[in-house]
Amino acid sequence: MSEPKKVQGDLVLSHVTKSFGDFTAVDDLSLTIPKGSFFALLGPSGCGKTTTLRMIAGLEEPTSGTISIGSTDITDTKPYERPVNTVFQNYALFPHLTIFENVAFGLRRRGIKNVDAEVERVLNLVELSHLKSRKPGQLSGGQQQRIALARAVVNKPALLLLDEPLGALDLKLRRQMQIELKWIQTEVGITFVHVTHDQEEAMTMADTVAVMNNGRIEQMGSPAELYENPRTVFVANFLGQSNFIDGSIEGTDGDNVIANLHGVRIVFPKTRNNANGKAVKVGIRPEKFRLHDAGSSAAGNVLTGGIITDISFFGVSTQYMVEMPWKQELMVFEQNDGGAPDLAKGDAVTLSWEPQFTFALDGTDPSQAK
Amino acid sequence: MALAHAEVGNKAHAPKKRAKRIAYFLLAPGLTWLLIFFAFPLINLAETSTKTPAPTFETGEFVQTFRFSNFVDAFVNNQEQFFRSFLYALIATLFALAIAYPLAYAIAFRSGPWKNLMLILVVAPFFTSFLLRTLAWKQILGAEGPVVSALQFLGILPPEATITATAFSVILGLTYNFLPFMTLPIYASLDRIDYRLLEASGDLYANGVTTFRKVTLPLSAPGVVAGTLLTFIPASGDYINAQLLGSPENYMIGNVINSRFFRVVDYPTAAALSFILMATILVLVVIYIRRLGTDELV
Ligand SMILES: Nc1ncnc2c1ncn2[C@@H]1O[C@H](COP(=O)(O)OP(=O)(O)O)[C@@H](O)[C@H]1O
Ligand SMILES: [Mg+2]
Repeated sequence: MSEPKKVQGDLVLSHVTKSFGDFTAVDDLSLTIPKGSFFALLGPSGCGKTTTLRMIAGLEEPTSGTISIGSTDITDTKPYERPVNTVFQNYALFPHLTIFENVAFGLRRRGIKNVDAEVERVLNLVELSHLKSRKPGQLSGGQQQRIALARAVVNKPALLLLDEPLGALDLKLRRQMQIELKWIQTEVGITFVHVTHDQEEAMTMADTVAVMNNGRIEQMGSPAELYENPRTVFVANFLGQSNFIDGSIEGTDGDNVIANLHGVRIVFPKTRNNANGKAVKVGIRPEKFRLHDAGSSAAGNVLTGGIITDISFFGVSTQYMVEMPWKQELMVFEQNDGGAPDLAKGDAVTLSWEPQFTFALDGTDPSQAK
Repeated sequence: MALAHAEVGNKAHAPKKRAKRIAYFLLAPGLTWLLIFFAFPLINLAETSTKTPAPTFETGEFVQTFRFSNFVDAFVNNQEQFFRSFLYALIATLFALAIAYPLAYAIAFRSGPWKNLMLILVVAPFFTSFLLRTLAWKQILGAEGPVVSALQFLGILPPEATITATAFSVILGLTYNFLPFMTLPIYASLDRIDYRLLEASGDLYANGVTTFRKVTLPLSAPGVVAGTLLTFIPASGDYINAQLLGSPENYMIGNVINSRFFRVVDYPTAAALSFILMATILVLVVIYIRRLGTDELV
């Protein structure tokens, strides 16, 4: 029986590194997760998400760096001493215990005598109270997932860690559980750290998303911020699709930067410039482009001389592939709301977009599309 | 829709029948084996157990008289050995459990790259015969052996005392001989435990000891049950250990059956004793499994 430390506050990882032999799984990671927030750690498989969570849970020891909650340093405490609970990737329910006892496990270990009311309350929260005398083996994947959540939530930890908890569920159940998880988080007010490689999941659920790549945080922010203003090619490509046009910066004009893209001058706000030198990769999301018949005038940044090479109809929108004079194909999404001209393959077109939708990345950014 | 359903139903039916036939076919060798090596000898034994000596009083000649009181006589005359058999077997089982559990635990969780080697070492004694190993113990524990000399030198054992020909050495022999039967099933059940369950337990505020009590031990219960049965059952019928490491004072029921059969040539009593032994073990095993509850045997 060990009472976890009664600590509250923001979770702070400070210069945390984890190496396995000479392989660095987590590389000098520093981040602050505000108390009560729904935080998503998003990244491709193998980028170090699970390792990060395991270090927070105490199941893995950082090679260097410190982890603290509020002002309490928990780096050297045992897992059972931390006010942290985990919903494991594979659920890890105890097969020999009933659902009730699985959920009561943490409470009993802390010496709480009357667990019935609490267990019942949490089982009701996940709507599985009627299954409490069953064994985990008799539950479906989705039900097991909810029990794993209940087993963690019942302890009212300062921090709840979720390691791809929806990974094994089919798409429909996944979407449903995403909504439920979000609702439960608001209900219990616990800080959730949710690990996922599904960008849609991270974007719809989290207040703050940290995009992780090769053991490092590439960028952190609200879902909208990450989508609208990604600072690296990796982030831009991990969250949706983008067009990148190579160019060079020529100067500034008030709050705007002037850049030259294959002989065409465009502008974008200084606040959206992430280029270190003159070389720049100008990023435009496909849905930000407007298509016009060649020769017609357009406002904002304008690229002329495009030829439509392919059209795919998606229902809500249509995707056009447009070949530019410098032989680059750009992707354009147009809403099927009658706003776009009637176009066919081979038509000459002009592209335009609002300068504030531009995100300018460093021209030497080596990241490749995912 | 209904049509499609019916069709699926029909199709599913035929393979089911065939699967049943295949199942019987696959079971056949096992059933034949059981019949030849278990049922026939058992019937033969049952028949012998109620016989009485032939009127001619020729050695080894018996006639069927359905004398069921053979059983009563056999039991009453050998109560002491029966009791001793189960007592020794029980103590040996407990000792074996006490040694095997930590051993199996170490192999399953702590042996790292040495796992396979350690498993081989556990079964290595099987490469020599049971009899030979027990004889070796007789040497080791004997009056001239290293153990006695050492203990006498240290003054722990008085000069004239021996270790062989005592209950201690018989139980030691039993424990030693059946240790692998205890270790392997426990190892198998421990090895199957998902390591992440132990992590989950730690995550839910259980320290190492509590995790062992609440997760590891219950999950290894099937192995413990199998191991104790595999040790207790053969140990209670054993006679080699008592014969080589004990004295007539330590004889178990196996020794009595052995001597009734081969030396006194009293087949009916030997048969009756065998039956009583078998029935008692069966009853004990049933009680044991019932008491543990089938729940534990996930
Ligand atoms: N115990 C370990 N020993 C060696 N390498 C490991 C260990 N755990 C994880 N790794 C490696 O660290 C990297 C990050 O793993 P992980 O954190 O599980 O990634 P993610 O959860 O993001 O998919 C992977 O390349 C993985 O192979
Ligand atoms: Mg992972």
